[in-house]
Amino acid sequence: MSASSNSGTFRIKGAGRLTPARTARFTFDGKSYTALEGDTVASALLAHGVHLLGRSFKYHRPRGILSAGPEEPNALIDVSRDAARRQPNVRATVQEVFDGAKIASQNRWPSLKFDVGAVNNLFSPFFAAGFYYKTFMWPREAWVKIYEPFIRRAAGLGVAPTEEDPDHYANRYAHCDVLIAGAGVAGLTAALSAAATGASVFLVDEQPEVGGALHYDTATTIDGQNGYDWAQATAAKLKAMPNVTVLTRTTVFGYYNHGFLGLVERVTDHVAKPGKDLPRERLWQVRAKKVVLATGSIERHMVFANNDRPGIMLASAARTFLNHHGVAVGRQVGVYTAHDSAYEAAFDLKRAGVSIAAIVDCRADPGEALLAEARALGISVLSGHSVTDTGGRLRISSMTVARNGGGDARKIPVDALIVSAGWTPSVHLFSQSRGKLRFDDVNQRFLPNIYAQDCVSVGSCNGTDDLAELIDEAIAAGGGSVALAGENRFEWTGGMIGAAEGAGPDTTVKAFVDFQHDVTAKDIRLAVREGMHSIEHIKRFTTNGMASDQGKLSNMHGLAIAAEMLDRPIPQVGLTTFRAPYTPVTYGTLVGHSRGELFDPARKTPMHALETAEGAEFEDVGNWKRAWYYPKRGEDMLAAVNRECRTVREVAGVFNGSTLGKIEVVGPDAAQFLNLLYTNAWDSLKPGKSRYGIMTREDGFVYDDGVVGRLAEDRFHVTTTTGGAPRVLHHMEDYLQTEFPHLKVWLTSTTEQWAVIAVQGPKAREIIQPFVEGVDISNEVFPHMSVAECSVMGVPARLFRVSFTGELGYEINVPADYGPAVWKAIWERAEPMGACLYGTETMHVLRAEKGYIIVGQDTDGTVTPHDAGLGWAVSSKKPDFVGIRGLKRPDLVRENRKQLVGLLTKDPAVVLEEGGQIVADPNQAKPMTMLGHVTSAYWSENCGRSIALALVAGGRARIGETLHVPLKDRTIEVEVTDMVFFDKDGGRIHG
Amino acid sequence: MLLIHCPYCEEDRSELEFRWAGEAHIARPENISAISDEEFAEYFFLRNNEKGLTYERWRHIHGCGRFFNAARDTVSDRFLTTYKAGMPKQPLPETGASEKTVETYEATEGDAR
Repeated sequence: MSASSNSGTFRIKGAGRLTPARTARFTFDGKSYTALEGDTVASALLAHGVHLLGRSFKYHRPRGILSAGPEEPNALIDVSRDAARRQPNVRATVQEVFDGAKIASQNRWPSLKFDVGAVNNLFSPFFAAGFYYKTFMWPREAWVKIYEPFIRRAAGLGVAPTEEDPDHYANRYAHCDVLIAGAGVAGLTAALSAAATGASVFLVDEQPEVGGALHYDTATTIDGQNGYDWAQATAAKLKAMPNVTVLTRTTVFGYYNHGFLGLVERVTDHVAKPGKDLPRERLWQVRAKKVVLATGSIERHMVFANNDRPGIMLASAARTFLNHHGVAVGRQVGVYTAHDSAYEAAFDLKRAGVSIAAIVDCRADPGEALLAEARALGISVLSGHSVTDTGGRLRISSMTVARNGGGDARKIPVDALIVSAGWTPSVHLFSQSRGKLRFDDVNQRFLPNIYAQDCVSVGSCNGTDDLAELIDEAIAAGGGSVALAGENRFEWTGGMIGAAEGAGPDTTVKAFVDFQHDVTAKDIRLAVREGMHSIEHIKRFTTNGMASDQGKLSNMHGLAIAAEMLDRPIPQVGLTTFRAPYTPVTYGTLVGHSRGELFDPARKTPMHALETAEGAEFEDVGNWKRAWYYPKRGEDMLAAVNRECRTVREVAGVFNGSTLGKIEVVGPDAAQFLNLLYTNAWDSLKPGKSRYGIMTREDGFVYDDGVVGRLAEDRFHVTTTTGGAPRVLHHMEDYLQTEFPHLKVWLTSTTEQWAVIAVQGPKAREIIQPFVEGVDISNEVFPHMSVAECSVMGVPARLFRVSFTGELGYEINVPADYGPAVWKAIWERAEPMGACLYGTETMHVLRAEKGYIIVGQDTDGTVTPHDAGLGWAVSSKKPDFVGIRGLKRPDLVRENRKQLVGLLTKDPAVVLEEGGQIVADPNQAKPMTMLGHVTSAYWSENCGRSIALALVAGGRARIGETLHVPLKDRTIEVEVTDMVFFDKDGGRIHG
Repeated sequence: MLLIHCPYCEEDRSELEFRWAGEAHIARPENISAISDEEFAEYFFLRNNEKGLTYERWRHIHGCGRFFNAARDTVSDRFLTTYKAGMPKQPLPETGASEKTVETYEATEGDAR
């Protein structure tokens, strides 16, 4: 057996550009095939006479290969290397064969040739446009349990892999002067021209090799040589230039604002054994000063009865398979066309020894030059005729041809039918760039009109059909000068959009407009009859153009059928908007390295490893990992928290407060600045003292809170909530830069510079005493709310006497790098004294026992300092601060605002649910009058009962009242109280 | 992804480095505590949210950290100019084709009449 017959009986000796010497083995649905290197899955299967590749979305009709490029709607396959590296919905016309590839068809059961779902085809009258909306309206329960699971199984594409993707994906940013999308004649010429000016150029093409239409168009010569050879030589020349980057197998999928483009480069999908270091795909994010769109055009199919059988394909696709891959799509090929280009496909096939049954041309008068050539080759041309039907089950076996206007129908046996309704310019990227299209009435196509960015369209995507004109246009777009001449054999004219003769009547005929979503001409007519008049509505009702091919073949046909039904010119019916991506992009490419631990990087405190070693459970607070509680052997969360709560109040506890936001406010006007940003007065605060501050926004609502220590006249150590640090700094910078720029103040984020170790409890002083130097921390000299710069274990430190537990407490700030050492030393001393480590949960319970609020939990952006019981922190003497006017708004000073209060359940064992709604009368008819909600609720081991905080309308006046929290299965009685549940006189804090 | 000129860095940088900061040229009243409810509403709550030419603030938050002003066409997303905070509205360069034709959903996405 010769190499060529090895790789398929439909290989034509001497045709195509692949070498028989280099083969690759792959399987399709378990059967093994030999391909040539450079084959796509489509060309390799066609070489073996395999046309049936899948089943359609809705009707499960047998489907084959329609195109030879990225516009393919039909031939979607599942490609795998192994169990994990499997990708569904791959276009067989794009996927290159590699040795060992496992290819499977989709949407069929039990097998491709016998598919049970094909029964849908018989029931097709029930699956008309809008079928889902109309049929499955009710009952609601049935939708969830019966309809949706059934539809999902019956209609659909491939199945997503279940294993984690073991491949990796890269990401690269780039800048260039000119980016050229498409490397056909126009793109290559523009690149030569632009490169000659010295500009940095990106030339990008989605195919493995440059050349575009020159892949199939062997009749074009450029610079005196075969077009395809010229393209390869030109690419080699460009690649050698230092200012040019040529990217093949790379799709420009998105054209965004200000010259920003998204590209996906397929690096290893065509390689049998990719190196482990190689990414599978690479996302390029390119900012181009200028963009040249040379994206070409896409051939349309003809819309006629049963136009979807395997073996029916675009004429240009058949020409590509022949001239590039050396594969004949059949032995007895029919042609059905409304455009000249199909003739050249027929000529090429005929010359390669394929029999052409007939060229059926729905036009009355095809060009004389073409007819003459057809005659010379002995091909019969039936002008003014249409194909009105096709026969065959898993592959086309005949076409029925009739003279236009009826009569004279006859069946002609064929094993393939190539079709062309003309060419649709690829204006996708132009539209994505927000350019506006105009309708070219003569040629029935949309073309670029008003540009929104520095961008220019050249070649057939711009409607420039003449080769010499195209070359001139491309040279001008590149901005340089190049001498180049091209020649092709035939002028191409013709084309049609919409349904051809034989696409009706609507009762029986399936003439497909959108193959991937099984939308027929009938469906579009039905949509119009049912009142859809906007193309956007028609699209959604029929799902025309909504499949993964985004209607590359179907949009114009659908639009024309709708316009005909509406009896309106096409531009008035409009075109749906093209959106990125141009072709499907894998999640892997978009995600890149942002997965696993890098998906959302965790922020860890300097003491994280020590906390882990002590058995801490962590919780996420923003991006921070915070120690939540420290369970001992056999303890659940509640037991651990109860022990920690008890121990802190009885002995002491050590807590990691490093995540606290910290901002250094420095400068001669620092106090004045804080006066303006916080509600409190700061000039009266003496160096060495600290104060609890409330920050409101201009509208008077609480924005943040925290303790601010004054270290010197001109230096404050401001703390913020853990989650609030970035926005508080942003808020401060905003006022400092734009409203109070006269103030001499400098703001610096120091959150990550300080490790914070809190020691809280009756033995706190005893624990830290031996480590502290440079300050007397006795109660008399260093009372509650003192701050000092000192040294702790010889490390420069900022020591706060401060408490969020209501106990005697200190917060030791040391430079982050020293945090672990100081933490370790303190814990080694504290542990034998009976102290504990405690986490955020215990911190929450202890602060709630004291009625200390957490901004963002007990407040929600509609709470004023007065509502929160913090009216004392709002200075009445200051002439101005952010929020001063907002706090006087009528709604903020009215009676009966929601106020923060305590709640005690009548049954002390019952813990309320945070978020629970509060009502006065649980028997009131729904909707009940809701007075507020529970903001914090815990079991308090120290109080021996549950406690809660809540926002309640007129709350402070209701103290002593009984209210109710209705839940789904019961109603909980509560009593309104003040907010302090433990140590009401507050003596412990001064211990 | 917008490309934004920072008037402090004097560089065109990617939108990634910036954060939008609301309408520009709204000064906090000097005597804010004395203004009426209506004046406060005008200052704090009411925004023009104009289609087309808009003056807005941006902050080069992952760059120099400065707030600045910009004139942008919200239809085309074209920046007409950017200038430092505190400066009055700047004269705008002559622009080419007006974008006034884009507009309604019906006009852009099809005819729903």
